[in-house]
Amino acid sequence: MSLDLWSLYTLMLKSRLLEEAIARFWYDGLISGEMHLGTGEEAIIAGVVAHLRDGDAMALDHRGTSALLMRGVDPVLILRELLGYEDGLCGGRGGHMHLFSKEHLTASSGIVGAEGPTAVGFALSAQYLRPGAIATAFFGDGAMNQGMLMESINLASAWNLPVLFVCKDDGWAITTQSKQVTGGDLGERARGLGVPAVEVDGGDVSAVWEAAGRAIESARSGQGPTFLHARCVHFEGHFLGFQLIRMVRAPFREMPGITIPLTLSFLHSGGAALHERLEGLKAVLAAVLATLRDPRRDSANDPLRRARTTLQSDTARLEELEEQVEKELSNVLSTVLAGGPS
Amino acid sequence: MPKLNMVEAINLALREEMEKDDRIIILGEDVGREGGVFRVTDGLQAKFGEQRVVDTPLAETGIVGTAMGMALYGLRPVAEIQFDGFLYPCLDQITNHIGRIRNRSRGRFTCPLVIRVPYGGGIHAPEHHSESPEAILAHTPGIKVVIPSTPFEAKGLLVSSIRDPDPVIFLEPKRIYRAIREDVPEGDYTIPLGKARLVQEGKDVTAIAWGAMVREVLNAAEELKRDKIDLEVIDLRTISPMDVDAITTSVKKTGKAVIVHEAPRTCGLGAEIIALINEKAFLSLQAPIERVTGFDVPVPLLKSEHYYLPNPKRIVVAVKKVMSF
Repeated sequence: MSLDLWSLYTLMLKSRLLEEAIARFWYDGLISGEMHLGTGEEAIIAGVVAHLRDGDAMALDHRGTSALLMRGVDPVLILRELLGYEDGLCGGRGGHMHLFSKEHLTASSGIVGAEGPTAVGFALSAQYLRPGAIATAFFGDGAMNQGMLMESINLASAWNLPVLFVCKDDGWAITTQSKQVTGGDLGERARGLGVPAVEVDGGDVSAVWEAAGRAIESARSGQGPTFLHARCVHFEGHFLGFQLIRMVRAPFREMPGITIPLTLSFLHSGGAALHERLEGLKAVLAAVLATLRDPRRDSANDPLRRARTTLQSDTARLEELEEQVEKELSNVLSTVLAGGPS
Repeated sequence: MPKLNMVEAINLALREEMEKDDRIIILGEDVGREGGVFRVTDGLQAKFGEQRVVDTPLAETGIVGTAMGMALYGLRPVAEIQFDGFLYPCLDQITNHIGRIRNRSRGRFTCPLVIRVPYGGGIHAPEHHSESPEAILAHTPGIKVVIPSTPFEAKGLLVSSIRDPDPVIFLEPKRIYRAIREDVPEGDYTIPLGKARLVQEGKDVTAIAWGAMVREVLNAAEELKRDKIDLEVIDLRTISPMDVDAITTSVKKTGKAVIVHEAPRTCGLGAEIIALINEKAFLSLQAPIERVTGFDVPVPLLKSEHYYLPNPKRIVVAVKKVMSF
């Protein structure tokens, strides 16, 4: 199989547009609970999923939408699931963190790190039932500190199982910086358990595709697991609606809601001492300034933009492709909404 | 006296106890710099430093196991597990170790730690984020399980839990984290563990609840007044050890009881309370005891949440059923 950046870009674009639609639904209050999107990690998902075939399995985390879409699950089913409709992918019972597709041998879990053991089980079964098939586990850097994930990397190594462990490393464990709570180097950790670790730029879909291809080929041919360590940036933070990110993106819309009560409370004569209130004000300003420097708002980290830059050599084809994908998605949306709740 | 919600009351309890006792260490996911996902530990790291308010990895088993080691060595850890569903991985540490230390060492070692857990449904969050695992915990010997129902209660009960020589799991009903504001005094007051609260006296039926369900029961009691039904309301506060005397005294008076909990029905705490009433007050009963509970399914998504959670309407139906037996 040779690298086809056009089809990888198509996968990423479809996923991005679908997730943007999900975000709109969420902001409109049509989807309940917190929402974790995969915007920013599309290159990692596309670079891996493009190699999968019948019999291959996926264990996904709480950001499973794009992997399912790229694997070929009908986006109408995904959206209707997220909206809680009975004819959704999981009968409206799973929600965005618990998406399953039997046909695609795919299971998700909202519990951080739970992908590891599931993927090991998939791989062990594949060894018996469909030699040559493999399993993938997608998780973040925060999950690497969960015991069950480390146990599963060891199992895959000890039993020489066909697993590709994909660590989508955005540097954050929910809202704590990973480096503050993580010992050593993640790749070294995998190597210490006897699993080869490959570092790859998770924003570069071609690089991920190449690295994942080699690892998957090695798993298919009985050479055991690989740990693919791919760095990325989640543009929405841990979950959608993260206030600081929202504020930096649309300061004029978001600032009044924050600054007016803050100023009022600062001017209020009762309550804490003036210097304490001043400290509070300073803390908020520091948080805003830190967010202005946050890589999550820098579109240079956007894997779609990076792929697009290469493809721009053929502008006509690129525009045609984008138009076609946008049209496809708008058809999906009208189908989803035309159906109404079920 | 400041009017506080439950988040602020718990924060105040932690702050005041940490000022008094430098053995108290908070640990958990996002509790430090971020101030906790529900902002319960807001400002505490800034005040007490990174050594006393510790951000941990996403490693619940490790958090709770570490807290046990700290408690045995001489510290007073207060661990936070971010959501109820994330407590399940810690059950190994809790059931196999923490709950057994006192018994195993014939009292030579106690394990003074608190595990705080935002708990229960009602905020439109999906499963893992809306669970009510209190019966599993009450079934585990050696640990105390406390569930406050108001801000005032939360502060007094948390202070007692921190000072208790034994492990306490402190379940905070996240649905009423910010729903109730009431006077919460600064400074020292405690509410003893193991003692229920008689919220409202009544002569017709005893309603037993805890956590967020107390408010639902009180709303039902208001509706029942219109039908001249006088509800006695008991807030258990501590479900392990349970205040059996408070329950039996009331049931002996009213002869009728309704138990309300949002956890699934089968093997829920309601079943245990019914068994206790049968053992201790059977001859006073004038009607079979009713349970208003969640259902035997994982917590549903938003659209079905209001079917799942007990509400005043369902409580009123149950009380009337008991009354008309």
